[in-house]
Amino acid sequence: MARSIKKGFFVDYHLLEKIEKAAKAGGSKKPIQTWSRRSTITPDFIGHTFSVHNGKAFISVHITENMVGHKLGEFALTRVFKNHGGMTRKEI
Amino acid sequence: MPRLLGVEIPAKKKVAFSLRYIYGIGPVRADQVIKEAGISPDLRAQDLSEEQLNKILHVITEHKWVVEGDLRRELTGNLKRLQAINCYRGVRHRKSLPVRGQRTSTNARTRKGPRRTVGVTKAKEA
Repeated sequence: MARSIKKGFFVDYHLLEKIEKAAKAGGSKKPIQTWSRRSTITPDFIGHTFSVHNGKAFISVHITENMVGHKLGEFALTRVFKNHGGMTRKEI
Repeated sequence: MPRLLGVEIPAKKKVAFSLRYIYGIGPVRADQVIKEAGISPDLRAQDLSEEQLNKILHVITEHKWVVEGDLRRELTGNLKRLQAINCYRGVRHRKSLPVRGQRTSTNARTRKGPRRTVGVTKAKEA
């Protein structure tokens, strides 16, 4: 079920603080490192680069206007797919 | 044959049914259209007068229903957006795998298409 509109977007508080700080610092566009994959991307995020944890490493995600409404985690995939049955042609 | 919204040419069926051939109009909207346009449910599409056709068009535009080409464009636009921003759903669409977290170990045949066996062919002796 979708989230009630009444509540608004969910964004982790600690992430909001980081964004505020980064916005104040302005100029230097250092990526904002975060583990908060569950935070929804709001318009304040636009233009910032995030390092989103995928469980193992940090994936850098640059936020554009189109991404608003998605969660940060959607852009840092947690699984790596290695191909099936690769040993065919190599051995011949 | 009556034409609606450009190319739409419904057949010899009753209006409520022939309207469903318009992309974006299903049973519910079709019924709503004939109700609001005041068309008898037994009338065949070929017997529609010019006036009634206009009424139908009017109902569709009045509701601001997105229909036919516009609807198709909207859908592909949504898809393109998902794929362009490189989010999980976009990636799943690109790989034509289920998008909403369904299992893929078995099933998922609608998205994956017919079965292709990926057998390991034995290495030949040189």
